[in-house]
Amino acid sequence: MDALLLARIQFAFTIGFHFLFPAMTLGTALVILISETLHLVKKDDIYRKITDFLARLLGLIFVVGAATGIVMEFSFGTNWSEYSRAVGDIFGPILAAEGIIAFFLESVFIGVLIFGRKKVSPGVYWLAALLVFIGGHLSAFWIIVANSWMQTPAGYEINAAGKVILTDFSAAVFNPSTVNRFLHTVLATWITSAVMVCGIAGYYVRKGLHGQTARTMLKIGIILFAITPLLQLGAAHSHAIQVINTQPVKAAAMEGLFNTTRGANIYVIGYVDEAKEKTYGIYIPKGLSFLYNFDFNSEIKGLNDVLKENWPPVNLVFQSYHIMVGLGMIFIALGLLGAWLLWTGKLYTAKWYLFCLPFLIPLPHLAHETGWITAEVGRQPWIIYGLMKTANAASVVVSAGEIAFSLVMFSLIYLLLFVMFVLLFVKIVKQGPATS
Amino acid sequence: MENIQNFQILWFILIFVLLLGYALLDGFDLGVAALLPFLGVNKEERDTLLASIGPVWDGNEVWLITGGGALFAAFPHAYATAFSGFYLAMMLVLFALIFRAVSMEFRANDPVRASLWEKALVGGSALAALLFGVALGNVIYGVPLDGRMEYTGSFFTLLRPVPLLFGITGLAAILLQGASWAVMKTEGELQERSFKAVRILMWINAIVAVLYFVVLTVTFPRLSGNILFYVAVVFTFAGLIGLFFSLGKKNDAAPFWESSFSFIGLFLAAGAAQFPNLITASNDPNLSLTIYNSSTGLYTLQIMAVIALIGMPIVIGYTIFVYRLFKGKAKADDHY
Ligand code: HDD
Ligand code: HEM
Ligand code: HEM
Repeated sequence: MDALLLARIQFAFTIGFHFLFPAMTLGTALVILISETLHLVKKDDIYRKITDFLARLLGLIFVVGAATGIVMEFSFGTNWSEYSRAVGDIFGPILAAEGIIAFFLESVFIGVLIFGRKKVSPGVYWLAALLVFIGGHLSAFWIIVANSWMQTPAGYEINAAGKVILTDFSAAVFNPSTVNRFLHTVLATWITSAVMVCGIAGYYVRKGLHGQTARTMLKIGIILFAITPLLQLGAAHSHAIQVINTQPVKAAAMEGLFNTTRGANIYVIGYVDEAKEKTYGIYIPKGLSFLYNFDFNSEIKGLNDVLKENWPPVNLVFQSYHIMVGLGMIFIALGLLGAWLLWTGKLYTAKWYLFCLPFLIPLPHLAHETGWITAEVGRQPWIIYGLMKTANAASVVVSAGEIAFSLVMFSLIYLLLFVMFVLLFVKIVKQGPATS
Repeated sequence: MENIQNFQILWFILIFVLLLGYALLDGFDLGVAALLPFLGVNKEERDTLLASIGPVWDGNEVWLITGGGALFAAFPHAYATAFSGFYLAMMLVLFALIFRAVSMEFRANDPVRASLWEKALVGGSALAALLFGVALGNVIYGVPLDGRMEYTGSFFTLLRPVPLLFGITGLAAILLQGASWAVMKTEGELQERSFKAVRILMWINAIVAVLYFVVLTVTFPRLSGNILFYVAVVFTFAGLIGLFFSLGKKNDAAPFWESSFSFIGLFLAAGAAQFPNLITASNDPNLSLTIYNSSTGLYTLQIMAVIALIGMPIVIGYTIFVYRLFKGKAKADDHY
């Protein structure tokens, strides 16, 4: 295998793994903030138990996120040094800003959240919960800015030497896809934790453990689980429209659309034959055109508008996109079902529903991973859309052997981390919230 | 041009400060972790030691992450050359940092394998502490570079005697940071043992520091005209002498500050030797990466300066606030 391919596999693997953890941190920080606010307002000890329990989980989640995040920060220099040289002007400041504005805030105050309950006043503790929430979301914001700039670059100029020069910082930060991608990603992390909290609390309630604490936790979880996927529908819709506008080739790959069409179809499920340039499956006629601007006959650009060498792997993008959207629909349905059960007072006794909840915990992660595959693979062969090819971005002095070695090491170490994480996560869940 | 040079110098200083902040702060928690089996003879003592760094180590590590980000933002060529050129060494740093990060958490939650995670913690911390100095030693002492700013050496090029001396100097300083932090945060027998460790490490540091400064003077004759270099020597030895007297008086807070002071001296000397280079080319001085030929544009440097000069004081402010929340002696059951 050549060094480029290995570098890509390594990046996809390490970022895919890292993302599992921030995807849980952000939403967990939200639930902690909600519960700690209720604790402060209602002075009810149940909320303190919920916070303390979630803070223990957060400690475990956070540490694996931090350990794998450093790998990402280094990776641009180690594996993508030509990219770093070319775009240091824009990409570097965004990563540095993330450190100064976000990581410090989150990391400094998470210490208070995990170790400070006995040492600080309830007000300071609440403040720490708020600042961890803000810090985490700011860090997501900056990293999404970095990614969005690669998707839809703005605020730059190319100088005579072919280097990218920053000309307008705020245009680069608020490039055409930042806001949509940020909202969509953050909502996705909230869904992740809503489902996680429901899964854990649902298990307790079904087993009759932890009494009122478990029921309150489940209630918070279900309310979030009902709201967030619905909000996501709106955010996802505008994100998709954004992609059609700014990255027509990716959008065409997402729906397997080869020829520019008025009245393009939308697939519920399907398969793309790239060789024959045909897409098969169940579709809603003219659905894509309709969703684009509520006009059944609007024009959607097809893959054939660009040379085939500039296509991403179409079927992979199509499939991963459809898995994500399918899961999104399932979440909406299950969240609303839970809300209805809560509303009618049957939630705590609906054994079958409670039984299902823990099994949902991995599904938002699947949606995340497939969503990122859509976004990142759909951008290929470009590392910066329309500007720089991934093939020109890799380090020149790093050999295939070296990357193969580090890839094997990362695989082994991450496997160990993953196994330990799952074991300890289950262990903390089994111990449950404090009883006193 | 005048103008951009000022910003290039400013960024050299800011990155220097970020790395110094990292060395002092993460220095003490890496040091405590690396000395764990020597300072803490039973589980309770080791719990106490880890409780003293538990709430703060992650924030300390962010100094490194931000330093790396700032290097990327201000001098992308130096970031790209060093990180891709020293590939295998960088991977070792990453593996070490991964293990030291997760093993504290795993140890606390997984009593069955606690001693295994302790070994991972000690090994990861010691290895990271050693490698940082070796890396710094290499970019200062010089590595072979080509006309496209790419590194042309191998992994073993990095292991020459002078960079290794930098590594040992850094390790010794970090261990002293750790031991003197332990003196400040513990009581009783544990503190007695920490005092002993500080005393031994103080002598080791003194010997290593003499070697370090001699090697610097020999390798970089131009340092003899640099006032900063003399300041650095004074800092280091003033710190160590102060430490000697505090140990005599069994003062439990002063050693940490004196150790930090002497560490600042070591750093200052490295900075003075390095400026204005970022990565010295050992084969041809004209190929060196300097702050002038590897920086980003003026506009980027300015924007970043605004963010850093407003942001870092705020960061330092709330960091001090949180350290004050956890001030006082650590207790074994502080750890969850
Ligand atoms: C719980 C996770 C989750 C769920 C339920 C959904 N998504 Fe998503 N999606 C993500 C998690 C995600 C993500 C991992 O966060 C991505 C990767 C890049 C990004 O911006 O968000 C993503 C990317 C992404 C993209 C790719 C755009 C790009 O960045 O290039 C589109 C068009 C959509 N989503 C649209 C949808 C639609 C129409 C959904 C149906 C309700 C949906 N997503 C549900
Ligand atoms: C803001 C954060 C991100 C940045 C800056 C970023 C940047 C990159 C870079 C530099 C590559 C290398 C090019 C390549 O391999 O083709 C890449 C590829 C990739 N990234 Fe991202 N990425 C980000 C987030 C993510 C996340 C969170 C995921 C997954 C969970 C992800 C999944 C992938 C995948 C699967 C590839 C491989 C695509 C391919 O090789 O075809 N990315 N991304
Ligand atoms: C290539 C892209 C990425 C890089 C370079 C990166 C870098 C890092 C680093 C260095 C850390 C450790 C910080 C610490 O020690 O406190 C970290 C943690 C974190 N990352 Fe990433 N990351 C990337 C992708 C993402 C994405 C896509 C998101 C979210 C949308 C994200 C969200 C976070 C959050 C919230 C944390 C805090 C720790 C945690 O929550 O577990 N990161 N990341």
